[in-house]
Amino acid sequence: MIELKNLSKSFNSLIILSDINLTINNGESLAIIGPSGCGKSTLLRLLIGLEKPTAGAIFIDQQDIGRLSDEGWLNLRKKVGMIFQSAALFDSLNVFENVAFALREHTRLSAREIAKTVKEKLALVELAGTDLLMPAELSGGMRRRVGIARTLALNPKVILYDEPTTGLDPITSVMIEDLMIKLGRELKVTAIVVTHVMQTVYRTTQRILMLHHGKFIETGAPEETRRSKNPIVQQFITGGLKGGS
Amino acid sequence: MPYKRFPEFVGNRLIGLLEECGEITFLALAALKRVKTASVRLTIDQMVKIGVDSLPLALITSTFIGMVFAMQIASEFVRFGAGKFVGGVMAIAMTRELGPAVTGIVVAARVAASIAAELGTMKVTEQIDALQALGVSPVKYLVVPRLVATIIMLPLLTILTIVVGFYGGFWVAVIVGKINGVQYFETAQSLTKMWDIYGGLIKTAIFGAIIAVVACHKGLTTKGGAKGVGEATTSAVVATLISLFIVNYFLSMAFFK
Repeated sequence: MIELKNLSKSFNSLIILSDINLTINNGESLAIIGPSGCGKSTLLRLLIGLEKPTAGAIFIDQQDIGRLSDEGWLNLRKKVGMIFQSAALFDSLNVFENVAFALREHTRLSAREIAKTVKEKLALVELAGTDLLMPAELSGGMRRRVGIARTLALNPKVILYDEPTTGLDPITSVMIEDLMIKLGRELKVTAIVVTHVMQTVYRTTQRILMLHHGKFIETGAPEETRRSKNPIVQQFITGGLKGGS
Repeated sequence: MPYKRFPEFVGNRLIGLLEECGEITFLALAALKRVKTASVRLTIDQMVKIGVDSLPLALITSTFIGMVFAMQIASEFVRFGAGKFVGGVMAIAMTRELGPAVTGIVVAARVAASIAAELGTMKVTEQIDALQALGVSPVKYLVVPRLVATIIMLPLLTILTIVVGFYGGFWVAVIVGKINGVQYFETAQSLTKMWDIYGGLIKTAIFGAIIAVVACHKGLTTKGGAKGVGEATTSAVVATLISLFIVNYFLSMAFFK
């Protein structure tokens, strides 16, 4: 379970997140929506320790991650994986080496076991046979899927998706969404999806939170959000030029 | 009035510089703390990139520096009847200053730019974040292998630059300056002490550490896109070269005064 307690984050005088409280249950699939620059990605970066909160605390499995030792962070990052918007593949390593990276760094698996796991993960994201390709040779959708396979290598319990389908063509987007649904269903991973692509939100998540001026202004199931009377929410989800913002 | 803002401008720049020095010191300490955990494979990769690939440039530069230095001093020394001391002066100059300086400058220009550009690109494309998200310390994975590689490879490169610079000077002294070749080696042997060589090599090991840490810091703190990478690269070369010249003076004072 993940809990955010009175979480705030600001950069100098710019307030990004203000006194946020949230509980995310195991196996839940949650979307955080909001306009660009509203702090969605910052929230993910806080959850994985790439940023430190200005105030408040984050608890993952009852552990305050602000108080973790180096060893504690290492263990946490084995449990929580992040898919980056740009995929962030290591461009000096091929697909196989990218997916094997965390296994080589954190496990004592033999080369054969690592190769077996990498092949399994690549098959899961439907990229079998791409082992020797370099990131520069992959399409945008393939890069995202390799990024997912790399994150899955350590079997995380929580996956943070940062704009997983932004900038992809509709068919590739559906493919990535199907993969996210499959991971939730088969591997029971908790998913936190940050995006402003509403199709991805409706298809892959069970609960939606909308972030606006550093606070959650809407929370509910996809259907409830669709029917929201909040003009800011309606403007965002329908893409209207006029609204409450 | 613009002149009223001048002290503020200078003060801000000074604070920024001190902050950066502090950050570089912390990065150096963090890397030294993890030296024992350095990956052998990554370190050897870096030793090849930093040392072996810099070899042609270092050797060519050092040969011609030795040749031009010998040409300048040979004619003057002969004029004062001290031609036999050319070899000794060449040896001292190459071991104490020219060899370490040439190696440091060549590696700073070539390797600092390469390290800052590589790490800077990784930073702006979120690869550094991805490393951390996968539970791998960028200091351990990126900084330590480069630090160890420069500390090992710079002294080795320096030995070669000293040798080729000294022999480059020998040929010019003998052919152009008409210096007795035997005396060139004799005075080199009698005037040079082992400490001249050790001191020069210790200096280059320190230069290596400065190049690696400053360039890695510039790369890891890159902001923005391609423009940021370009700025980090330029800034890494400038900062390492300035640091090298300043540190060289104080090390020479400490070692050879």
